[in-house]
Amino acid sequence: MAKLMTGAAMVFKALEDQGVSHIFGYPGGAVLPIYDELKNNKKIKHILVRHEQGAGHAAEGYARSTGKAGVILVTSGPGATNTVTALTDALMDSVPLVCITGQVPTHLIGTDAFQECDTTGITRPCTKHNWLVKDINKLSTILHKAFEVATSGRPGPVLIDIPKDIQFKKGKYIKPKKLKDKNNKTGVKINGEDINIEKAIDLIKKSSKPMVYTGGGVINSGPKATELLREFISLTGFPITSTLLGLGAFPGNDNHFLGMLGMHGTYEANNAMHDCDLMINIGARFDDRITGKIDEFSPNSKKIHIDIDPSSINKNVEVDLAIVGDVKLVLDRMILTIKKRYPNFIDSNKQSTSLWWKQIEIWRKKNSLGFLNNKDVIKPQYAIQRLYELTKTQDAFITTEVGQHQMWAAQHYKFNKPNRWMTSGGLGTMGYGLPAAIGVQVANPGKLVIDIAGEASVLMTMQEMSTAVQYKLPIKIFIINNQYMGMVRQWQELLHEKNYSESYTEALPDFVKLAEAYGCVGIRANKPDELDKKIEEMLSVNKPVIFDCVVDKEENCYPMIPSGKPHNQMLLGKQDEDETISEEGKILV
Amino acid sequence: MDKSAYSFSTKKDKTENHIIVVWVDNESGVLARVIGLFSGRGYNIDSLAVAEIDKKKNISRITISTSGTLQVLQQIKLQLGKLVPVHKVADFPKNKKTLLREMALLKVVSTKVKLEKAKKLCKKYKYTILDKTEKSFVLEISALKKEIDELVKKLQPLGLASTSRTGVVAMTKGPEIYKQN
Repeated sequence: MAKLMTGAAMVFKALEDQGVSHIFGYPGGAVLPIYDELKNNKKIKHILVRHEQGAGHAAEGYARSTGKAGVILVTSGPGATNTVTALTDALMDSVPLVCITGQVPTHLIGTDAFQECDTTGITRPCTKHNWLVKDINKLSTILHKAFEVATSGRPGPVLIDIPKDIQFKKGKYIKPKKLKDKNNKTGVKINGEDINIEKAIDLIKKSSKPMVYTGGGVINSGPKATELLREFISLTGFPITSTLLGLGAFPGNDNHFLGMLGMHGTYEANNAMHDCDLMINIGARFDDRITGKIDEFSPNSKKIHIDIDPSSINKNVEVDLAIVGDVKLVLDRMILTIKKRYPNFIDSNKQSTSLWWKQIEIWRKKNSLGFLNNKDVIKPQYAIQRLYELTKTQDAFITTEVGQHQMWAAQHYKFNKPNRWMTSGGLGTMGYGLPAAIGVQVANPGKLVIDIAGEASVLMTMQEMSTAVQYKLPIKIFIINNQYMGMVRQWQELLHEKNYSESYTEALPDFVKLAEAYGCVGIRANKPDELDKKIEEMLSVNKPVIFDCVVDKEENCYPMIPSGKPHNQMLLGKQDEDETISEEGKILV
Repeated sequence: MDKSAYSFSTKKDKTENHIIVVWVDNESGVLARVIGLFSGRGYNIDSLAVAEIDKKKNISRITISTSGTLQVLQQIKLQLGKLVPVHKVADFPKNKKTLLREMALLKVVSTKVKLEKAKKLCKKYKYTILDKTEKSFVLEISALKKEIDELVKKLQPLGLASTSRTGVVAMTKGPEIYKQN
């Protein structure tokens, strides 16, 4: 007879069988049996956070820097509700998370017991799937299924709610291999029948103004997909742009790369998107920050969309050819087909796209990421450029918060590898970057991990510095400090008659002293000429650092597509501001 | 002009009414998942009918009458298909190939004369009297939605006191059935 096991022991057995090495969590009444088991476990390390939201974002950072599922363990009630922001963030950005929550004992469910909440009800819209476990004998299969759902197809968060009595009960543990589920819709491999691949190659062959637009799907498809993307571009010679989440899938310093596209994308990327005759969307979802005004979005192009999630296709933009499948499998087939049908593709293609490349070079000459530097105050763009120059040989991992600093980081920090860039795109969660950096550092010991932060965002999850100190995680918090919620201020300036309502923080902490209070190192830079020295100092410290980079308070983030405008009507800087935004556009932020 | 927080669309596509049928695992919360998808993404539900149809396999069949543009209807099907407990999703066209039925229980409370008049009105439809007193009757009718609408309207002045309707259910004509998608 198989040995019986408690529910709590099963949780750890399943985590081990799923190859989990770290979990992020916070104990509480309804998960104590599981925390009892933690003591007996030598294989799995628990990182104690200071707030459950921090556990969620740390698990996201862990997942996005490794490609593995991040695991969260929290208690019932507030423990569960505090993870909701992170779960929603993970759902929007396709991050695999497994969240295990304690629940009040089965017989108390529905009685408004202490720290009871309808966890599966609350998290239903912010998970791919969730389970309330009421039968101990189903627990192990549910745990395995949870990992499968989280990591397959388009990845995302799942949640398992385990009542306390189920954690105590004994039952039979079933190993993951024995799982057989007929209703497995998560293992979408490739649906792109050969005919669609052939059609795609026909379109590619015919195009004289092609544009490749890639997203986070390439990174989620794994390192092989990134390699194939590079091969695809070197085979076709096509220009390529990327969404915020896709940065790093293609080398940021390659000449084919036109920079990020969208609301704060480059002039050349957005104009090329607008004027192209063929758009190849690989693993991106036509988000509204990307498309701008949807009915004037790339009006004259044929559009190919490659995505693992069929519901992403034709959701926002109708496309001419859809290939549902895993990016690496589709790209592999496309490359094979091109090589077979057109062995000399690159040579024949150079001619047909030469005018297009000439046009792109003209756009490029606008130098849309340029800014006026200053000798007396640090320009935020300059700070990020210097940070990049001083760290680019170190294979650094960068996380960010949300706002102007995030866009400047995306514009000025060049990524050459996937899984090095962790940022909250879809949900736009301020407070994401610091805990995410913790998760990244846990997964990548010895590597340089920097959170490029804003002073407003970072205060939302600042308590996690205490976690970084406890586990000796030498993360670097590089705060672009302009004392404003910069992006809010920018919109107020451009769209709300400079009514800076509540966007200025009157009383900020002294970040250097704050760092010292947490037991880490604080550094401040006030002047451009001391910046390099201070950054070097930060990099030389093998401890968590809070770097207070005091920058120009009123710098705006350009280029910018104002709301309600298409890709070819960008603001490049101050001189454009007043003329371009119509009354109508002001409504459409 | 449409104003929204993000952008406005100048496209005004025609909306259509469709019957979407979903086969799901009969487990706790599954209906909430399906309904939540509709409310969360702003889709319409005109009517809804749910019951277990296979005890052994533990399968329920959900029939949803919905309306939207073709793009929205396509999204509804694809989004439903992503839910873990959903086995298959079918879009039943509203044409001659589809059988549609809705059932209603109607209670009429009135005078003898009016009750007689009411019964006469019903003759045109297939109905069964389930309960009868001197002052009232309860009838069961199984018909198309618009026929029941029509009858309800006619019975109102004659003392229709209570109405209970099931929502539409659907099935294809002929030997074909919807296969797993």
